[in-house]
Amino acid sequence: MTEIWDGLTKAVQLLISLDPAVMEVAGRSLTISATACLLASLICIPLGSLIHFHHFRGKRVLINIIQTLFSVPTVLVGLFLLVLLSRSGPLGELRLLFTPTAMVIGQMILITPLLLGLTISALSGVSKEIADTATSLGASGSQAIRLVLKEARYAVLAAVMLGFARAISEVGCALMVGGNIRGATRVITTVISLEAGKGNLELAIALGMILLLLALIINIVLNRLQQR
Amino acid sequence: MSLIEVVDLSHSYGEREILKGLNLGIDKGEAFALIGPTGAGKTTLLRIMDLLEVPGAGEIYFDGKHVPRSGKQRLEIRRRMSFIHQKPQVFNLSVYDNVACGLRWRGEKRNRIANKVDHILEMVGLEGYRNRDARTLSGGEAQRVALARALVLEPEVLLLDEPTANLDPISTAKIEQLISNVARQQNTTMIMATHDMSQGQQLSDRIGVLLDGRLVQTGNATDIFRSPTNEAVAHFVGMENILEGVVVENNEGIALVNIDGYIIQAVSGYPVGKEVYACIRPEDITLLIPDGGQQTTVKSSARNSFQSEVTRVTTLGPLSRVEIDCGFRLIALVTRISAEELNLQAGKEVYATFKATGVHIIEKGSGQ
Repeated sequence: MTEIWDGLTKAVQLLISLDPAVMEVAGRSLTISATACLLASLICIPLGSLIHFHHFRGKRVLINIIQTLFSVPTVLVGLFLLVLLSRSGPLGELRLLFTPTAMVIGQMILITPLLLGLTISALSGVSKEIADTATSLGASGSQAIRLVLKEARYAVLAAVMLGFARAISEVGCALMVGGNIRGATRVITTVISLEAGKGNLELAIALGMILLLLALIINIVLNRLQQR
Repeated sequence: MSLIEVVDLSHSYGEREILKGLNLGIDKGEAFALIGPTGAGKTTLLRIMDLLEVPGAGEIYFDGKHVPRSGKQRLEIRRRMSFIHQKPQVFNLSVYDNVACGLRWRGEKRNRIANKVDHILEMVGLEGYRNRDARTLSGGEAQRVALARALVLEPEVLLLDEPTANLDPISTAKIEQLISNVARQQNTTMIMATHDMSQGQQLSDRIGVLLDGRLVQTGNATDIFRSPTNEAVAHFVGMENILEGVVVENNEGIALVNIDGYIIQAVSGYPVGKEVYACIRPEDITLLIPDGGQQTTVKSSARNSFQSEVTRVTTLGPLSRVEIDCGFRLIALVTRISAEELNLQAGKEVYATFKATGVHIIEKGSGQ
């Protein structure tokens, strides 16, 4: 149990000393996951609205599939992307394997079902009469959708926060398509896994603490935004 | 020419037929009340007129032009109307933003919006609530926000669906006052659905009775309340006495109707042998006490006078509802004061009198 305590003190030390290696890895984690989350949100919020507001055959099945994919294993996404991006793969030409871009793509794929599904359920939480009222007040289709999204803003923001949390905490995909290359694709979770493997428990735990601290800061910022 | 006209309108939800071949024209500047019981199809008709729904069958004309079943034109027409729903749905925004929504959607300039919204908030008495979260308002306040939100658009047509159904009497009075002010000042065409007949009477020029998806009667309040065209309308407009009978004689417009062996006189042109309903409003029946028990007839200009016995007296606020038995059952409505003065109570002997003009005759089986 002393490892945990040592890890905590180590984390404080690393933070106070602004250890350049740690700062670099933390910064990369943040950049990659925030980018993935932002891009996925830009796709999923409009797409989720589209699915919610349109009636079509197989809608229920589609939503079921999306919800099932909430639990897709990160390594499976990594594996799938590895096959796609590897030299001999269909997208090998792009030479994206073992780059931060590949990691962003991986995390986007990973959290897309979550963001889509939760956007749809956030919108379902808004009474149908709200859209109706908007329409009767002269809103066009897209204006009514925007209003309903605004009504569901807290639930949508919660979906985005959850998406970010899943992105920054995953390791399987980052390891497979990132490759844990020092100075290029090394992020907090991959370092934890590497250091723990080497028996460096103290450092691994310290990095874990730093990741949680990062998440805490982001949550505080988003909650502030929400309250406005 | 009508501003809004619906022709042969029918609509179903699944198996359930809501509207059945309905025709209605509303004139510009008219205040029209649609009355009918819950489930008659009032809301559906309003929703179709506001172009929120496409009817199963039938056509709509707005300002003389045919309204297409889809396309951008519907939005343009819808923007000339406002709809106030039964349950006000305020948006999770400030009161100001709630009221400004419709203007923003129409692309109005920011400062014009501010002027209009402030003016309308003052009009509905919510000027102090500008920045309040609309979700924290009471039911009456929320309905005023909904009203402001609709009125700020200066609609040509204002559709109201039971605007006061969920409100307390004071809020109801406020909303009614606002609605009638707007109708008078801005010459807005109004179509209001209500199950409250006195509200319909008070706020409208013309009334349509919607029963079971059909518009069974339209006319001014007097027509509807005095001369319902069939038994169902009579029931709905508060004709508590509906007696089945047969015309046995007709002398130049005064019909004698046999009701269970009793003859009542009514103004009616129906010929002998016609099976009819005789409808008498309870407030048109006068109750008199025979003096000394000697007289068998009571002096009165009323042609109908029946010796009867009070069976039950119920107090309804300032009025008393008196059930009497005069061979057939009648219900009379008198003021509570006069019920007390006459010492009306079960067992009391009274004369029930009513004029021949107070009896409205409906042909049996009409409009069914």
